Amino acid sequence: MTLGFRAVILWTDALVLALVAGVLLFAAYTSRHEHLRAPWRKVARSTSGMVAATVLAAFFAVGLLDSMHWQRALPADKAGGPVRYSPAVLSVLDVLAESLRSHPERTFSAPFAVHGHTRETASQPDGTQVREYPRLKFGGRHLADPERDRDADIALGVLQGIALASIAWLAASGLITGISATRSGRRFDEVSRDLWSGRLDSPLRAVLVTLGVQLCVLVPLALLSGRYHVFGTDKVGQDVFYLTLKSIRTALVIGTVTTLVMLPFALLLGLMAGYFRGWVDDLIQYLYTTLSSIPGVLLIAASVLMMQVYMDTHSEIFDSVTRRADFRLLFLCLILGVTSWTGLCRLLRGETLKLRELDFVHAAQAFGVGPWRIMLRHILPNVIHIVIITTVLGFSGLVLAEAVLSYVGVGVDPAMNSFGTMINSARLEMAREPIVWWSLAAAFLFMFVLVLSANLFADAVRDALDPRIRAQFVRPGVWQHLALEATSRRRVTPR
Amino acid sequence: MTAPLLQVDDLRTWVASGDRIARAVDGISFSIERGETFALVGESGCGKSLTALSIMRLLPDAGAIVSGRVLLDGVDLVGLPERRMRDVRGCKIAMIFQEPGASLNPVMSVGDQVRETLGRHLGITGAAADRRVLELFEAVGIPDPARRIGEFPFQLSGGLKQRVMIAAALACEPQLLIADEPTTALDVTIQAQVLELLRDVQRRTGMSMLLITHDLGVVAETADRVAVMYAGEIVETAPRQIFFARPAHPYARKLLASVPGESCRDGPLAVIRGSVPPLWQAFEGCRFADRCDRVAPVCSQVAPAFRPVAAGQSARCHLYDADTEHPGEVFANVPPPPRFAEPAVVTAPDALLEVEDLKIHFPIRKGLLKRVVGQVRAVDGISLTIPRGRTLALVGESGCGKTTAGKGIVRLLPAVAGAIRFEGVDLAQLKQARLRRRRRDFQIIFQDPFASLNPRMRVLEIVAEGIGALDFATTACEREARVDMLLAQVGLAPDMKYRYPHEFSGGQRQRIAIARALAVNPKLIVCDEPTSALDVSVQAQILNLLRELQQRLGLSYLFITHNISVVEFLAHEVAVMYLGRIVEHGSAHDVLHAPAHPYTQALLSAVPQIDAASRRSIVRLQGDIPSPASPPPGCHFQPRCSKAQADCAAAYPAEVAVSPGHRVRCIHTVE
Repeated sequence: MTLGFRAVILWTDALVLALVAGVLLFAAYTSRHEHLRAPWRKVARSTSGMVAATVLAAFFAVGLLDSMHWQRALPADKAGGPVRYSPAVLSVLDVLAESLRSHPERTFSAPFAVHGHTRETASQPDGTQVREYPRLKFGGRHLADPERDRDADIALGVLQGIALASIAWLAASGLITGISATRSGRRFDEVSRDLWSGRLDSPLRAVLVTLGVQLCVLVPLALLSGRYHVFGTDKVGQDVFYLTLKSIRTALVIGTVTTLVMLPFALLLGLMAGYFRGWVDDLIQYLYTTLSSIPGVLLIAASVLMMQVYMDTHSEIFDSVTRRADFRLLFLCLILGVTSWTGLCRLLRGETLKLRELDFVHAAQAFGVGPWRIMLRHILPNVIHIVIITTVLGFSGLVLAEAVLSYVGVGVDPAMNSFGTMINSARLEMAREPIVWWSLAAAFLFMFVLVLSANLFADAVRDALDPRIRAQFVRPGVWQHLALEATSRRRVTPR
Repeated sequence: MTAPLLQVDDLRTWVASGDRIARAVDGISFSIERGETFALVGESGCGKSLTALSIMRLLPDAGAIVSGRVLLDGVDLVGLPERRMRDVRGCKIAMIFQEPGASLNPVMSVGDQVRETLGRHLGITGAAADRRVLELFEAVGIPDPARRIGEFPFQLSGGLKQRVMIAAALACEPQLLIADEPTTALDVTIQAQVLELLRDVQRRTGMSMLLITHDLGVVAETADRVAVMYAGEIVETAPRQIFFARPAHPYARKLLASVPGESCRDGPLAVIRGSVPPLWQAFEGCRFADRCDRVAPVCSQVAPAFRPVAAGQSARCHLYDADTEHPGEVFANVPPPPRFAEPAVVTAPDALLEVEDLKIHFPIRKGLLKRVVGQVRAVDGISLTIPRGRTLALVGESGCGKTTAGKGIVRLLPAVAGAIRFEGVDLAQLKQARLRRRRRDFQIIFQDPFASLNPRMRVLEIVAEGIGALDFATTACEREARVDMLLAQVGLAPDMKYRYPHEFSGGQRQRIAIARALAVNPKLIVCDEPTSALDVSVQAQILNLLRELQQRLGLSYLFITHNISVVEFLAHEVAVMYLGRIVEHGSAHDVLHAPAHPYTQALLSAVPQIDAASRRSIVRLQGDIPSPASPPPGCHFQPRCSKAQADCAAAYPAEVAVSPGHRVRCIHTVE
């Protein structure tokens, strides 16, 4: 018996799944140790951290949906024969966004447009030819009189979407309130009142507000994207909204996998160079000085071109375009990782040089603690803030590096969507008259939100991991309050 | 009587920390006459420095003056606009800070930094400014001033940097000089030079000085009047003689009693229990009540008023309320502290540690290929012996190599030559694996309790580290039980083990460090200035603890310090170190009372004494300690020595025994 499809696990899918499994394992381990759990509870109390996490969750959900692939079975030629599968590898996201994927236009069209962006020659029924903006094949096709009905239709869609979003949001917030009510053993309405007046210890209110805003933006967009190209279409008529959604996975994979490749190099070599000094330090410094003095783009271009040749000569390994593109993405991550550890390594070496002279390291040495254990227990936790800051700031750098590499032609496979390819193609579109701005704007908006929330979340994590940092801020209005108190005091106690 | 130069009236400076407000300075009033030195003393965290910064209006962003007046010559500085305040700073009021290295700009020549003040306030520029800088440098006793003007801070020693700071402060002939712990970061011999300089300048210019310090010895030698600050309030003011003869406030009495010294050798030092209360709370009653041993029921209910006690002396204490009878006798019935039972002196105690001709050198590398071009002879052949259960104090100025010697003895630094025999086994020859097993016998406690504990580990893990590394207790449960026991031994509660180091005060952190060292049952502990970062009252607690542990556990200490009064209290034997070598070695009594080496004599004479009777005439040392990379020929001390002769530069003097067990390296001594 056949299921009619078979699951396909691409290389990067496997890595993404391994990463998710690793995070779950870490969470399970942490939750059983009180002192490890404490910093994460601190993250959970940080408003900006939790708001960022809510936004990030949406991105990761899209990325995860896009990381589950399968192939459809083709109708069997003859009964009992081997089942053959379609060469097209699809992801869950592809199926959910079927209508976006399967309704291309001929070429550019603006967001929510019903007509094309450029004039085309069309033959009238009477045989004459006119230059006009053609009706789109998909955008606003259901409208009888697009000029008259379009705005009302969009408004209706937005209202419907917001109504749906509100229902979903009410359900979600009811669920969350219910959970925290059963947990704390109080009544639902009490918890709800505390939550909305901000008396709760955790920033649940901010999370729910963020969730509400997210739903109110995303649900109408999703609803309308069934009738219009909400972000317009690109040169070959693909829906930009769909391209943007697909690019999220590419960005996440490049950001995380590259970091995973780069971290072991940077951590191990950086700590070793700083701790052992002497010839170890000389060797590692020599290595990274050499590596960072080779222009990165050239190194990457050479490696990618070599891999390209390999892929061309061994085309039998890659049974589908998707597999091929995926292999290229993985390889790109590896190369980016191998070339980008030098900066962090240098920072860690310097910090380790400083830390190894501190008394607590000497105290550990006086106990005869071995060098590797000192590095793991005493030095690594004290440089972790540098690691977090560098990797998160590096995340946006990596996404941009991908754009640069795509421009040179050594980036991700042309069949793969990424913010880099979108930005790269937008370069030419910006020079058109009238200007085609939506590809760039969409890529920019999504990247901006992704990188900003990643930064904010990392900030909250870094602060929480440092036991020395408590809430060190002055509440707004404290000085006004103080000044008032001081003046009233002066009035009460005349000199 | 003329109006005072500076009058501070009910000054309140509050500082926001987190979402709480600390009332760091809470209603203090005092005045400074012209030409007077007014000392502000107290433990750290009492608001001394914030008082100075409030007067200068240089508060951090989190702080603000919420009420009060600061009148300088009748002008209220609190209400002055920032632009006019800048004319006051550096011109009418100058300030010198604790850390001379941190208050000079490293990329400006020192001459330029003084010139900057001249140009800003007096409009003196060009050649006139150069002449004035030269005058100032001469006035503060900088040798070879013409050359020093063009030099940068890193080329100067700590003492010279502080002199430059003083020169910059004096540039505009200020009416008031605020000196915030001006000598805390300096060695005693340099401290004596700087204090003498300040007194001298004051005599010549007639300026007033606000001296902020925690060192009562410095106060006794410098101040005219003294104010004691506690928890944001001034609790006592008195003229110097009266203050040291009859301190009125219990806090001031305790502070004076907790200074270690030879007179209190037999018993524990007086300690003030607890620590300065957090200042964000609203106080009811006396702020010192929790720590006071004269506390009465009224103390925790009614805040005492600041009232005169005797002529010129005022105190904030209920003991001096009008209805208390015989205020002078209130301290008479305090029981004397219990005495330590000195362990019976073992006849010829066997040596636990014998160090013989230990040398630790650091190579100086230069050039592309990092060839060794010289050696810093940090420790250049020292020999010493520590018997079981005894304390050897290693004394010397910073840069003499005493810390290096301590680290070398516990094999944290490799020795170039020499033997470290611990119970007969030469540690210097041991291979790593055997050394690791031996490490349980000798431990080290560091100077800075803030750097010696890993900020990311909990106390439990910190203390248990040695237990784990040297396989003392195997299961987590056993380990935790042992940590509880150790914490109790150093006077900490067992539930503190779940906290992080930053939640503890300096004294508590030092206790944690001691517990960590004790975790492996060591026989010898190298104490590297364990109390120099602590307040006097906390220092007394730690010294008492160390002494008690020695008697209970039979520990030996190698006590590295520059603080002579600690040596007097704790040490059985003393070794004086100068530039990598021991110049004098003997029993504590011999070395401290009959110093034979000119360096020891100079060092001891420079120590500020509270008791005027025991003050010696200061033997002034010229210049600073030379670089151990190129020590002077012959006797290392000869360029600074007052008794130096031509013979001194010929060869390093041989060891001469002045009396049995008292050995000196100086050609002037005779057997």
